[in-house]
Amino acid sequence: MSREILKVNGLSMRFGGLLAVNNVALSVKEKQVVSMIGPNGAGKTTVFNCLTGFYKPTAGSIQLNGEAIEGLPGHKIAGKGVVRTFQNVRLFKEMTAVENLLIAQHRHLNTNFLSGLFKTPAFRRSEREAMEFAEFWLEKVNLKEFANRPAGTLAYGQQRRLEIARCMMTRPRILMLDEPAAGLNPRETEDLKALIGTLREEHDVTVLLIEHDMKLVMSISDHIFVINQGTPLANGTPEQIRDNPEVIKAYLGEA
Amino acid sequence: MTRNLKQALFSALLVWAVAYPVLGLKLSIAGISLVVEGASPTTLAIIAGCSVLMFLRVLFDNQWNNLMRSGQRGPLVSPKVSHFMTLPKTQRWVIMGLIVVALVWPFFGSRGAVDIATLILIYVLLGLGLNIVVGLAGLLDLGYVGFYAVGAYSYALLSHYYGLSFWICLPIAGLMAATFGFLLGFPVLRLRGDYLAIVTLGFGEIIRLFLRNLTGLTGGPNGISNIPKPTLFGLSFDRTAAEGMQTFHEFFGLTYNPVSKVVFLYLVALLLALFALFVINRLLRMPIGRAWEALREDEIACRALGLNPTVIKLSAFTLGACFAGFAGSFFAARQGLVTPESFTFIESATILAIVVLGGMGSQLGVVLAAVVMILLPELMRDFSEYRMLMFGALMVLMMIWRPQGLLPMQRPHMELRK
Repeated sequence: MSREILKVNGLSMRFGGLLAVNNVALSVKEKQVVSMIGPNGAGKTTVFNCLTGFYKPTAGSIQLNGEAIEGLPGHKIAGKGVVRTFQNVRLFKEMTAVENLLIAQHRHLNTNFLSGLFKTPAFRRSEREAMEFAEFWLEKVNLKEFANRPAGTLAYGQQRRLEIARCMMTRPRILMLDEPAAGLNPRETEDLKALIGTLREEHDVTVLLIEHDMKLVMSISDHIFVINQGTPLANGTPEQIRDNPEVIKAYLGEA
Repeated sequence: MTRNLKQALFSALLVWAVAYPVLGLKLSIAGISLVVEGASPTTLAIIAGCSVLMFLRVLFDNQWNNLMRSGQRGPLVSPKVSHFMTLPKTQRWVIMGLIVVALVWPFFGSRGAVDIATLILIYVLLGLGLNIVVGLAGLLDLGYVGFYAVGAYSYALLSHYYGLSFWICLPIAGLMAATFGFLLGFPVLRLRGDYLAIVTLGFGEIIRLFLRNLTGLTGGPNGISNIPKPTLFGLSFDRTAAEGMQTFHEFFGLTYNPVSKVVFLYLVALLLALFALFVINRLLRMPIGRAWEALREDEIACRALGLNPTVIKLSAFTLGACFAGFAGSFFAARQGLVTPESFTFIESATILAIVVLGGMGSQLGVVLAAVVMILLPELMRDFSEYRMLMFGALMVLMMIWRPQGLLPMQRPHMELRK
């Protein structure tokens, strides 16, 4: 059994009088693909926002490898290897595809002002390595031929793939994907599924997923958490979730 | 048609309402009392002519638009030329050419021309510095002149109290201004957009008022005078040297020529401007330059990728302030006198106008805009009363015809070689 990498306990998020997330607990093991599902407005994205530091949770603990990270600012959490995508595409549209990938490597680059000013060998090497790493991932997501095109001019499916590649640039340990298959056609969804598989097998990434495409969720997840109206409803393997009457009721309403 | 007629009448009246009090009425002193003098017939005729023109223009608005559309296909400059001119490569060559010209001409130019060119170069330096903050990092800074003042006073005070020379004070002034930028930026950069603009505006004024009221240290409104000019490795350009110093013309056995001082100042300013150009050119190709652009496009995505927005913004703010510090200390050396009145808000506005007029982020644009903004008022000395009017007109025309600025630049893109 592999190690637990992310442990969330009693997570609550209150906006004024609205309790958007109520006492949610998650447990994610290393190299698992874990999905979070639930009807629209259930609070899945709010959980994501809490985990990645975009919101400060009202209560609860979040532990990454045993280290408490709740309440840290977003960029610090990202620095610890928790990187996310957003429901809508958030690429730097004016910049080229490869530049998008270079930005994401910012923390790993030689950002020394003077060495950049005088183009020292160390600076050149760091830039070259960044370029090679970006090229590697562009190839991986089949976007190498579009490397020098502005990201905003790519097709929607390509933009989503580029976003995942951009996340991989930060060398994450947990990749959190917020509805990655939304707006993709069935073939692209298959590609996405294969890509997530590769991420886990070859790059040791743990994936946390919010998704509405049940076929994708059921086929790829090791574990599923169901959230309804901010509260946890059920969790278990895909088979357990599929047969859970509570879950069916939440999705389809009372019979 | 009636709606057009109404609007046209209103516009014509507006011309009268605006022009008559401004151009027509004059206050003059008769004995000890002020009297209001009416307008001369020619002025009235001109205003009347303008109002008629305005009336016709609004009345036949549709026809006018049709005429313009049929008369002028496409933009003023063909897109191809425009694209070529905005390429970083083209601009680099143009800048190279300009540098050569700039190095050679002062030896043949007149003293007055070189002096104005020096002033232009100060504004180029300021424009380039503000360009980092506004053009590259997208932070609207209306108090930039504050850092300019810090630089100027750093040199003035250090030379006044400790007798330090220009070349020692130049980096110190840069550092001082950068420190101020850092300290002010820290609390301010949480804000964005309009709020940031207003707070920076306030800080700029605070610095000026501080300098003005700190009479014991800064001399208050009188400022500090007799600031020494820069020297060339200890050689001064005055007619006679101070104790223990040598003058340039004595050392080289030349006859004293007052123009050489002006040319030397010009060359120092040119050196500073070239240094700024070099640094900014490198910044654009460094990770931090890319991060500025990314931050301007999407701050949330940046945070999700582990970029610290505060640090990145702060670096832009600090660097920009540093260049203002250089410009300030040179300004103090050139004038020989600093007073708080040199650092009013209108200076900030002029520098910002240079950046916007030139095209955000473009270095060649800044150079061109600085020339326009400083040279035009000098050339239009005869119309000095209408200077601001012409500025306004220039800005309005710019927004209509070239909203992207005189010479915008495409950022140098990193390319993946295949």
